[in-house]
Amino acid sequence: MSTIRVLVGTKKGAFILTSDGKRKQWTVDGPHFGGWELYHVKGSPADPDRLYASQTSSWFGQVIQRSDDGGKTWNPPGTKPEDLMGPDGMPKGESNMFLYDASAETGQPLTTHQWYDGSQRSWEFKRVWHLEPSLTDPDTVYAGAEDAALFKSVDGGTTWKELAGLRSAKGQLWQPGAGGMCLHTIVLDRAHPDRIFVAISAAGTFRSDDGGKTWRPTNKGLASKYELPDPDAEVGHCVHCITMHPSRPNVLFMQKHWDVLRSDDAGDSWQEISGNLPSDFGFPIAVHAHEPNTVYVIPIKSDSEHYPPEGKLRVYRSRTGGNEWEPLTKGLPQQNCYVNILRDAMAVDQLDPCGLYFGTTGGQVYASADAGDNWMPIVRDLPPVLSVEVQTL
Amino acid sequence: MIRVVLPQHLRTLARVDGEVTLDIAGPVTQRAVLDTLEARYPMLRGTIRDHVTLKRRAFVRFFACEQDLSHESPDTPLPDAVVTGTEPLLIVGAMAGG
Repeated sequence: MSTIRVLVGTKKGAFILTSDGKRKQWTVDGPHFGGWELYHVKGSPADPDRLYASQTSSWFGQVIQRSDDGGKTWNPPGTKPEDLMGPDGMPKGESNMFLYDASAETGQPLTTHQWYDGSQRSWEFKRVWHLEPSLTDPDTVYAGAEDAALFKSVDGGTTWKELAGLRSAKGQLWQPGAGGMCLHTIVLDRAHPDRIFVAISAAGTFRSDDGGKTWRPTNKGLASKYELPDPDAEVGHCVHCITMHPSRPNVLFMQKHWDVLRSDDAGDSWQEISGNLPSDFGFPIAVHAHEPNTVYVIPIKSDSEHYPPEGKLRVYRSRTGGNEWEPLTKGLPQQNCYVNILRDAMAVDQLDPCGLYFGTTGGQVYASADAGDNWMPIVRDLPPVLSVEVQTL
Repeated sequence: MIRVVLPQHLRTLARVDGEVTLDIAGPVTQRAVLDTLEARYPMLRGTIRDHVTLKRRAFVRFFACEQDLSHESPDTPLPDAVVTGTEPLLIVGAMAGG
């Protein structure tokens, strides 16, 4: 019998929700790191006991946490008692240090980005939004940061190095949106090990085909009529989330600020697939585990009204790769619901039928064990949910 | 022996209960205390002051002897009562009004 482990990051700690393959009875473990913002918790596909967590605080900054036993115990990498004394007797423990590639003379990051007043400003680390473990190596993990940058660790999160080539992809034109200039989505491609996709608010999507050394914008077809003076600009689009099914690595799905889009050529071009959605604004987007043409979004009313249209919490499913969408409502509140679902807060499991999970800013985590047809809350009263990831064990 | 009181979240992170006591050779300054503290508890690096600039994080305060020492130079000697261990150095998360 399989086990499902749902990793939930919230504004005030992390929670681990566990069930057997029936996905009816759940145990709730937590809060871990109570009082801290847990932007993201994710397990390694290569070793499900290896978990990484981004723990942040306005007071105390960034901490990376790692578990090697499926979330039972946690340590900042490099700070286990046996790690703390190196060969020279000096302590280790640099896992919280995210340094932008900087000039040796000034110590300042090598490039600048655009600021709200049109001036250029140096990159300044604020937090890690997203952790993406390697598909094959438990010790390799990528971190998406605010200010937008991609970092890589090859030693289990103990030390981090920026893949600074990303900022050369017209980084001088990127500027923060209301949510900050964050790199929030990292998609790895099992079929093309050197290929990485990232998405940045408010800059767009970018692709590397050489393991992160060089990058180019992949935003052709995105239109941001009310957000950018040039709606078709090469960069500057507020992409909220992208996703891919591993069996079709050239097909990407995107939830943009407004618009749901699809690319059939690995991001070289995009076509809108919003179709009959009640609103094409939203944050997360997910693909069914076994049906690469089945896509899920959760429409939100607008960019200033971050709640479901008509107060009805509805997941929309397309079985046709977009354009034709059906509402999924059974078990979800259909009146007076004004929560939001953030970009990293929806995920699927690998069972058959496929399970689907999402968390809300109201603290509910909903689960469906039948690909979205029926829903039930696993837990109702957590702090606002920032992220949801699922492990199928 | 210098006594340091950490805020709750940093005690949890460093896995300590109650006060931390530190032996410091030489002048007892904020910098010396934080250097010694971070050497013993490296998971605290970056949580009290910036990794590189070593500037105090914006929402962290240093109190001792009912005084706010946050804006003192990191190389200013700490009060005698802290040096002798009569009083602790308090590292505090600043108030967040709302």
